[in-house]
Amino acid sequence: MSQASEPSQVRRDLRLTEVEKTYANGFTAVHPLDLVVPRGSFFALLGPSGCGKTTTLRMIAGLDMPTAGRIEIGDADITYEKPYRRPVNTVFQNYALFPHLSIAENVAFGLRRRGVKDPAKQVADMLDLVELGSQRDKRPAQLSGGQQQRVALARALINQPEVLLLDEPLGALDLKLRRSMQLELKGIQTEVGLTFVHVTHDQEEAMTMADTIAVMNAGRVEQMGSPAELYDNPKTTFVANFLGQSNLIEGTVVGKDTLAGKPVVKVDMQGTVVSIPEDRAHVSSGAGWVGIRPEKVLVAPAGEQIDAPGNHFTGGIVVDASFIGVSTQYVIETAWGQTISAFEQNTGIRGVMPPGTRVDFSWRPEFAFLLDASQDVTAGTVAPEEE
Amino acid sequence: MRNRRLLPYWLLLPAGIWLVLFFLIPFLSLVATSLYDPNGSVLTGYHVTWHVQNFGHVITTYGAHLWRSFWWALIATVLCLVLGYALAYTIAFKTGRWKNIVLVMVIAPFFTSFLIRTDAWKLILADRGWVVQALQHLHLIAGDGRVLATPVAAIAGLTYNYLPFAILPLYTSIEKVDLRLIEAAGDLYASPLRAFTRVTLPLTMPGVVSATLLTFIPAMGDYINAQLLGSTNDRVIGSDIQSLFTTTQDYASAGALSVILLALILVMTLYYVRRSGTEELL
Repeated sequence: MSQASEPSQVRRDLRLTEVEKTYANGFTAVHPLDLVVPRGSFFALLGPSGCGKTTTLRMIAGLDMPTAGRIEIGDADITYEKPYRRPVNTVFQNYALFPHLSIAENVAFGLRRRGVKDPAKQVADMLDLVELGSQRDKRPAQLSGGQQQRVALARALINQPEVLLLDEPLGALDLKLRRSMQLELKGIQTEVGLTFVHVTHDQEEAMTMADTIAVMNAGRVEQMGSPAELYDNPKTTFVANFLGQSNLIEGTVVGKDTLAGKPVVKVDMQGTVVSIPEDRAHVSSGAGWVGIRPEKVLVAPAGEQIDAPGNHFTGGIVVDASFIGVSTQYVIETAWGQTISAFEQNTGIRGVMPPGTRVDFSWRPEFAFLLDASQDVTAGTVAPEEE
Repeated sequence: MRNRRLLPYWLLLPAGIWLVLFFLIPFLSLVATSLYDPNGSVLTGYHVTWHVQNFGHVITTYGAHLWRSFWWALIATVLCLVLGYALAYTIAFKTGRWKNIVLVMVIAPFFTSFLIRTDAWKLILADRGWVVQALQHLHLIAGDGRVLATPVAAIAGLTYNYLPFAILPLYTSIEKVDLRLIEAAGDLYASPLRAFTRVTLPLTMPGVVSATLLTFIPAMGDYINAQLLGSTNDRVIGSDIQSLFTTTQDYASAGALSVILLALILVMTLYYVRRSGTEELL
């Protein structure tokens, strides 16, 4: 409790070292996991249901005990600390608001337990922050889902925890409300400057809000980095497919070269040799998956010039074209019989190419990436619909 | 179509008739009895003479017994609540797949008659029984001390007999508590004890109130436990009413005593339900 009531200047990093969770029935929910969440950052644990992200969160909160490993905040080891003694608060997935208490008393709950005699002022300020000042005397059941969500946030934030944990906090809201709450949450985090650890299966949510994302799959962190890093340079097929979409095309490494002064890996992809920057090639020899994001694939009617030197393919046929306003999404059958997708901005230069159009396509080498061929090409593609 | 609209009233009718025949009429007749001329007898007949002095008379005569009934019922109720809460909590959250079996065990005693079960306690608490001998051995009671025919035995009997009526409503409301709320309380710095007093207990108050009413009301009027397990010197109000009606045939006093008991219980119940903030139960 003493840690929790210390002034804000001494907030420190959250560090997980070799944290592991195996249940009595032998199921390992979390394989040895290392994470460092710098103080004041917005960190997202992203993955499909059952990937171990919620278990990880619960271990930080003290609601589950790790089988092995260490959890520290700064130099304080909190691995086995009781939940009510940790300087950590949680915004629960279903909010878990106390139905028998008013909104104000829900928000005051943590302060009262820590012996604050008259939390009225702080409660009023916090309710103003989440714009619920006028609802203070209502019961949780009288509020809408979005309002309940904000009460849950206020109830946790008011304690000024060193780490705020958010377990799918927006999962129960409809899409539109979710988008606006994402911006609101990010705004509040910037304002209060606390460390947020956010668990979600919604990749767009994670990318919108987080400074750093750890993508989890089957109890392991697949990759960790900023949203842009993960999106531009995924290291595994799971990340490539789970975070946005990817075209993955079989190829074989044939050698190394230098392109425009930078080292590249040459890959024979279905008869065409393509170049992939060395720092984006996660295989150095043998077979691999050449990956390219659909919006990086440029398409033009056969024979037309495409402004993307290097990797050029002919003999494609448009099999489907979906016009969705800002862009058109093409499905193209390649000369080697695979279908790939390509998103084209509707700049107005050219109309939609109807199915059956013969096309050439191309991409800039610096946008491609190369992944290990032993990985499942479909990993992470199933839409993680949990609701 | 008109019949459709009347259907609910037709469905209510059997219960309504039942209530009028077996509650309202006997109740009014009881009130009338309490106002009989106390000098009436089987030979001379009984007459309602609005003799309100009956009430004053029975309060002076039987006040102490009323008081004893109240205390015994109160102690038994508190014991039932404490034991019942612990047991219901365990059944709801800790028994896992044994839950249904344990619940059946709670109800199982009902398969035997109330009287036989109470009589069985005579054997358990008998002067040469192992319970008394163990207590004597531990010097918790004197070497020639006894348990049977003491208030302790009577209250133990009350507690035992009404415990299932406490456990069942408690279980129903404890089982509904969302464990995630208890987790949330822990997350918000509440120690397990605090989480219990601030979250679990308030959320289960409806169960506590039902359990109290289902235990206290019958325990207050109970005289079987006092007669079989208690001392003949420690009379309770139920025994008085019973003997006034059946032995003495002083119907006026018996009626007045019954009405007082009924009114007392009603007032206490209303006050209790108000205080515990569970009016929606009424």
